[in-house]
Amino acid sequence: MTEINVSVNGRGHTRDVEPRTLLVHFLREALGLTGTHVGCDTSQCGACTVLLDGRGVKSCTVLAVQANGGEITTIEGLATDGVLHPLQAAFRETHGLQCGFCTPGMILSAVDLLARNPSPSEREIRHGLEGNLCRCTGYQNIVKAVQHAAHTMAGGASAVAGD
Amino acid sequence: MYPSSFDYHAAGSVQEALALLAQYGDDAKLLAGGHSLIPVMKLRFAAPAHLIDIGRIPALSAISDGGANVHVGATARHADVAASPIVRTRVPLLAEVTAHIGDPLIRNMGTIGGSIAHADPAADLPAAMLALGASLVLAGPSGTRTVAADDFFTDVFTTALQPGEMLTEVVVPVPGAGSGAAYEKLPDPASGYAIVGIAVQLQVRDGAIASVRVGMTGLGPMPMRLAGVESALAGTAASTAAIAAAAARAGDGLSFDDDVRGSAAYKLNIARVYVRRALVRAMAASAG
Repeated sequence: MTEINVSVNGRGHTRDVEPRTLLVHFLREALGLTGTHVGCDTSQCGACTVLLDGRGVKSCTVLAVQANGGEITTIEGLATDGVLHPLQAAFRETHGLQCGFCTPGMILSAVDLLARNPSPSEREIRHGLEGNLCRCTGYQNIVKAVQHAAHTMAGGASAVAGD
Repeated sequence: MYPSSFDYHAAGSVQEALALLAQYGDDAKLLAGGHSLIPVMKLRFAAPAHLIDIGRIPALSAISDGGANVHVGATARHADVAASPIVRTRVPLLAEVTAHIGDPLIRNMGTIGGSIAHADPAADLPAAMLALGASLVLAGPSGTRTVAADDFFTDVFTTALQPGEMLTEVVVPVPGAGSGAAYEKLPDPASGYAIVGIAVQLQVRDGAIASVRVGMTGLGPMPMRLAGVESALAGTAASTAAIAAAAARAGDGLSFDDDVRGSAAYKLNIARVYVRRALVRAMAASAG
C-alpha cells in the first residue's frame, strides 16, 4: 500500500491505496463519489473525466498514486451552496443531456475548455470535447449548452468587473 | 479493469530513476503520463513488478530555446508542447503534429518522451521526429548519449533504448529561412491513431528544394522516412509537377497488406495522396 494525500472538491483526504488503484475507482469506491462514471474503461469515452490540478483528465487511465499531492474536482464539486455551476444549469436549460451517463465528464471537459478559452467558436467547442462521447447523439444540444454557459459566465464576469 | 499488482516508486531525479532501473532491471517500467503504459497494463499485455514514476521530476518537463535547437524535456505534456510559444514559433511542425495526438484530455496527461519511447508504429510524434531531424538524449548508467531519430526507431514498438536507459530530452533543430512544414493525417475513426500520417519539413532556396525530409507513420512496421519521395524532390524546382512526381514514389520501400484498415491498393493510394497534400502545404508555407 502507498499513502496518498489529495484534495477532492476542496476537502483533503489521506488514504492508503494499492498502487494499481485507478483514480476513478479511488473516487468512486474509497471516497464514495459516484458521479464520476466508468464508461468504456479504455481512455476513449471520457465519462470518467475529472479535473486534476485544473486540467481535464480521463481518470480510468490515471493511477491514484499519480494524483498524490494534487487537487481534484469532480462533478460533485461544481455546485456551490446548492447553486448549480453555470455549465450544469446550461446543460439542463438547453436539454444538453438525454440519459445523462456522459454528462459529468462532458461538463468537466467543458469547464477545462472554458477556462482556457472563455468564448469558443462552435468548431472550437466540438474539437474541445473530442475526448467525450455521447451515445444518445446529443452533441447538438451539448454544444448549445457550452455556448449558453460561456455567455452566462461572461455576463457574470463583466458584472463583477463593473462593481 | 485493474492492472496486475506492482510496487510504485516516485523518482525525485533522473539519477534516482536510473538507480531504480538498475536495481529492478527487466521487472521495471518507467511511468510518465501513463497514457501508453496504463492501457496495456489494464489489458495485461504488460505486467511490470515495479513502476518508476518519472512524472514528478520537475526539470524533466522544461521547454527551452537554445538558439539552433529547441529542447523539450521528456515529460513535457502534449498540451504544453502544442501550446508552447517557443515550439509554435520555432519548430511549428512539432506543435502541429502534437495537436493531432488523441484528444484534449489525452494531451493533458500524455508526454512527448512517453509517446516516442513507446514507439507505436501508428503514433504521430515519430513521424515528426524523422521529418524534423530531431535527436533524442538518452541517459544511462554510464552517462548520456544522443541518438538521431533516424537511428532510434528500429522495429515494431522497438527503439535504440537499451536496458537501464531512459529518454530525457528531445532536441529539435530550428529550421532556417525559407522553410515550410506540414502534417497530413488520416486517422482511424475509432482509435484516432494514424492509418497514415505524413510529416514534411522542407526548405526552398532560389526556387529549388534545398532540403526535404518526409516522415511516415501508420503504413509500416515502424515510422520511417520516405527516401524515394525525398530523392525525387531534392534539388528540383519547387513546383506542382515536382510534387506530383515525388508523391508517385510514396510507396517505394513499403509493402502493403490487406487488413481491417483497407486493401493494399487503397493504402498505396492514400500514401500518395497524403504525401502530395503534405508537400503542397509545406511548399506553400515555405513561401511565408
